[in-house]
Amino acid sequence: MTKHFFGDTAVLTGRSLRHITRSLDTIITTAIMPIALLLLFVYVLGGAINVEAHSYVSYLLPGILLITIASGISYTAFRLFLDLQSGIFERFQSMPIARSSVLWAHVLTSLVANLISLVVVVLVALLMGFRSGAGVLAWLAVAGILILFTLALTWIAVVAGLSAKSTDGVSAFSYPFVFLPFISSAFVPTHTMPGPVRAFADYQPVTSIVNTIRDLFTQQPVGTDIWTALAWCVGILIVACILARGIYRRRIA
Amino acid sequence: MTATPTARAQEPAIHVQGLEKSYKKLEVLRGVDFDVARGSIFALLGSNGAGKTTVVNILSTLLKADAGTASVNGLDVATQAAGVRESISLTGQFAAVDEILSGRENLVLVARLRHLKDPGTIADHLLDRFALSDAAARRVATYSGGMRRRLDIAMSLIGNPQVIFLDEPTAGLDPQARIEVWQAVRELAEQGTTVLLTTQYLDEAEQLADRIAILHGGRIIVDGTLTELKQLLPPAKVEYVEKQPTLEDVFLTIVGDGGKNGDAGKGRGAGTDE
Repeated sequence: MTKHFFGDTAVLTGRSLRHITRSLDTIITTAIMPIALLLLFVYVLGGAINVEAHSYVSYLLPGILLITIASGISYTAFRLFLDLQSGIFERFQSMPIARSSVLWAHVLTSLVANLISLVVVVLVALLMGFRSGAGVLAWLAVAGILILFTLALTWIAVVAGLSAKSTDGVSAFSYPFVFLPFISSAFVPTHTMPGPVRAFADYQPVTSIVNTIRDLFTQQPVGTDIWTALAWCVGILIVACILARGIYRRRIA
Repeated sequence: MTATPTARAQEPAIHVQGLEKSYKKLEVLRGVDFDVARGSIFALLGSNGAGKTTVVNILSTLLKADAGTASVNGLDVATQAAGVRESISLTGQFAAVDEILSGRENLVLVARLRHLKDPGTIADHLLDRFALSDAAARRVATYSGGMRRRLDIAMSLIGNPQVIFLDEPTAGLDPQARIEVWQAVRELAEQGTTVLLTTQYLDEAEQLADRIAILHGGRIIVDGTLTELKQLLPPAKVEYVEKQPTLEDVFLTIVGDGGKNGDAGKGRGAGTDE
């Protein structure tokens, strides 16, 4: 870390944020799929789904927020990949700047872009009847978990962006993360699933995160799920960070 | 760093010795040696895949060499990389500009990353110098190839680096844009900047370089001024060569004669009009 780390990161983050404000389609396409799922499941399939909640949209929203993040990070990988392809990454690396700020700028941009998409999705959910009596602290806790989840997935996106060989590959890596909430407690309670599927659903990260956010929204005690959720997020974050650093070092070796 | 100013001025701007680099099993560089004098233009000549970009990337601290030493501006590229990056600027093989930003924003971005005061003024000055003022506010995505390259080089000049690497600066440019780039490179050298450029165009090296090195088979096989290189060949001599007719000559003779005398133009009389 050189003395310019924060200044350089700020300048480079400003640059990537301009990419987003000049092509708002990335925010819109990030938000559109989760909103479509929300509409589909609430107004088409939701009537047949029996959950112990006063409204299905409130039940569904936590999972939809995770899907929003999962589809948002594919753009992070894409932007990083384009920087590598265009040679501007090398230009930055050959300049007297704090080198890690090039990656951090992409990470922070990813965080901002995803937060905007999340706000859009929450607003749509409010229009569809989502209500929560959660207080400021509970909302802050939800925001904190979503930020942590975004950071964790963003570092996976950095790994994908650094190691991708083509633009197709770089956007395909996020599909499993978009799909993961379907086999979790996000859409239906896990006890309705057959044994092996339920076992997977109960022990994969999305379920604990979804349950925690849902409990926070409905003002229930969060129980141990929150620790499982935090452990998953921090664990993924650390592993992805180490992987990203390794690949990054190898690229400039 | 203990060198006195005079010693510093006498030592070469770039010093490369025994540089080796392999990508897995492919040996690209097998002991490259050369020196570049301060304020000169040095051309590294070689065919595609000869390792020119590898040399440039090692010198600009993007790649680590497997063996050998390299120093830029008296600083070792491996152990004093941060100092090297203060002294250099790299213009890569493809114009490394941000397409979504405008030309001016690209320049301001680099000026801010070099921690300079008043980035806006620096940008405006360079836009003017490279005849990009009219396009300053336009997104770079709308620029022509030549404009991109000019912007690319303008970005490299910010902060007045002592050494500039230009990796195939005119690849893919039209003749007019090429001459513009050449002019920019000459101006740089006149101001005392050391320029190392790689190229596969022989006339480019001939036009620009004070010294030319040919990279082939992972080594520098020739290194000298243009005059020295020319002396390597037998002196020019006068030869009489029997000129064989080309297909063009044959074609024109037959068609031309047929139009005048034969029956090719019969009925139309158009054969002789040309």
